[in-house]
Amino acid sequence: MSNNHAIIAEDVYKHFGEIKALDGVSIQGEAGKVLGLLGPNGAGKTTLVRILTTLLKPDSGTIRVGGLNVLRQKRHVREIIGLAGQYAAVDEVLTGRENLVMVGRLYHLSRGDAMRRADELLRQFALSDAGDRLVKTYSGGMRRRLDLAASIVARPRILFLDEPTTGLDARARIAMWDTIRTLVSGGTTLLLTTQYLEEADELADKIVVIDHGKVIAEGTSDELKANLASDFIDITLHDPDHTAKAAEALATISVDAPQADKARGHVVIDVENGAQSIAEVVRALDSQDIHIDTLNMRRPSLNDVFLSITGEEIVEEEIKPQRRGFGRRRSA
Amino acid sequence: MTQQTATAAFSAGASQSSALQRFVWNFTDTLIVMRRNLYAYQRQPELLVFATIQPVIFLLLFTYVFGGAISFSTGGDYIGFLLPGIIIQTILFASANTTVGLSVDLSKGIIDRFRSLPMSRAAVLAGRTSADTLRGAFTVLIMIVAGTAIGFRFEDLGSGLIGLLLAVAFGYAVTWISATIGLFVKDPEAAQVAGFIWLFPLTFASSIFVPTQTMTADWLRAFAENQPVSVVANTVRDLMTGTVNPDEIVISLLWIAGIVAIFLPMAVWRYARVASR
Repeated sequence: MSNNHAIIAEDVYKHFGEIKALDGVSIQGEAGKVLGLLGPNGAGKTTLVRILTTLLKPDSGTIRVGGLNVLRQKRHVREIIGLAGQYAAVDEVLTGRENLVMVGRLYHLSRGDAMRRADELLRQFALSDAGDRLVKTYSGGMRRRLDLAASIVARPRILFLDEPTTGLDARARIAMWDTIRTLVSGGTTLLLTTQYLEEADELADKIVVIDHGKVIAEGTSDELKANLASDFIDITLHDPDHTAKAAEALATISVDAPQADKARGHVVIDVENGAQSIAEVVRALDSQDIHIDTLNMRRPSLNDVFLSITGEEIVEEEIKPQRRGFGRRRSA
Repeated sequence: MTQQTATAAFSAGASQSSALQRFVWNFTDTLIVMRRNLYAYQRQPELLVFATIQPVIFLLLFTYVFGGAISFSTGGDYIGFLLPGIIIQTILFASANTTVGLSVDLSKGIIDRFRSLPMSRAAVLAGRTSADTLRGAFTVLIMIVAGTAIGFRFEDLGSGLIGLLLAVAFGYAVTWISATIGLFVKDPEAAQVAGFIWLFPLTFASSIFVPTQTMTADWLRAFAENQPVSVVANTVRDLMTGTVNPDEIVISLLWIAGIVAIFLPMAVWRYARVASR
């Protein structure tokens, strides 16, 4: 194994009353690489990030970040890490520039250095024009960018991004990916949490899948998907009574056994090449006189990874996209 | 083995700040956070205007509505009696901002940001209490102007200023109580109530508006005469009306020091826990 681990968590437990937020988690993040922490809402990702970044004390476990003991050398850890949380932790009553200067000053940069760094970051994150406006006038995407900028003011060696794109629309998400890629190309170690397989796939060198406070799989994106076919085809039948018959007809096309939902007339198959297989699917069903309502081809989702690992689907309510909101406890 | 190698590789670059430097940072960090809070007030001028108008309204109402009735027991000069008291009341009520402000900060992600920085932990709180104290001092200034307009005069400017300083110092001590409360309540809505409610008995069962000897219930008079608000209000009143009583001043300073000594550590202790949920 490599000696070069910038992030090490061993056997970390954190229970909140009955809830086992972390139930013996171990992860290792290599220096200069991107570690993706993938899991549904409530899996324990944020709890782990808060522990790794000194914000939360675990019940037990060993945590080292940048070679430092997170439990005993909090202050030193804070000098070498950056954190951008799930809720943009920026100050609404200040302008974008003032936010960055304040953070720079609290990292104990000189006034001049803090101002220069703020300028530089505003440019880098396409916020120059909005830099002197109050943050409360910013859009969700702008707040996230400012939050990210604030997290790298002191050029941290190790960066933690907790669901950096949750709540952003598709365009802002892709822009955020570009920003993150640029950020880590300079050799920063990154731990990124996400609910989206696609995001982990795009950004992470190694992925740890976590659910119910436990690591349930880890590896590169390719390794995780090795058990998965490359494409999925979702078919909704006109007559749900034909579901079993359709599943049987598609069994030879699908890599794994087709999943059939009789109540909804829904069949899912996985195939090597979706575009080629669609024709076969249509032919197979047509020859049995089974009518199709809808037919969709898609890339594997987090849910598919879960299914292949645990045999269970993610509970529906947990994968609903989150409300866009910045108040941590507003709804609690 | 793995860990030792990693330690060697990483800690070389970490800036190991000295104890002296960290001590100095307590103050500079506090100033930075204080300035951030003052910006917030500056940018909500309506907040500042209303916070200033309210005590002026109190001053006018008490002087003209109750003044006639109360002046029998104060020996005639009610404005001279009232203004120092109302200054203490203003400063007490201003401290409720500390409760609300902290609670608002906690409800947003900004506290997580602060806590992930290598800054002084007490600075987030001290920056809040000192900003609110400055704001309180500003309001006191307005009160003096308003009071002068309706007939108040310092007997002796020097002792008068010392009295005002004592009032502001008392306000600073009280903001630490408010900060502690702000860290215990659940959300900003609760902070609105919790920030004020404990101030009413302390303000009204005191020598701020009426002389305590006019209170008929013995237990109430005993409380009103000895509680810190009365002690400080009496001292400030004496100083503003030209009487210097060293014993009184010492007792007031002891109250101020005692409140800070208890509530500052309690607030810092609570801050470390509340934010690490």
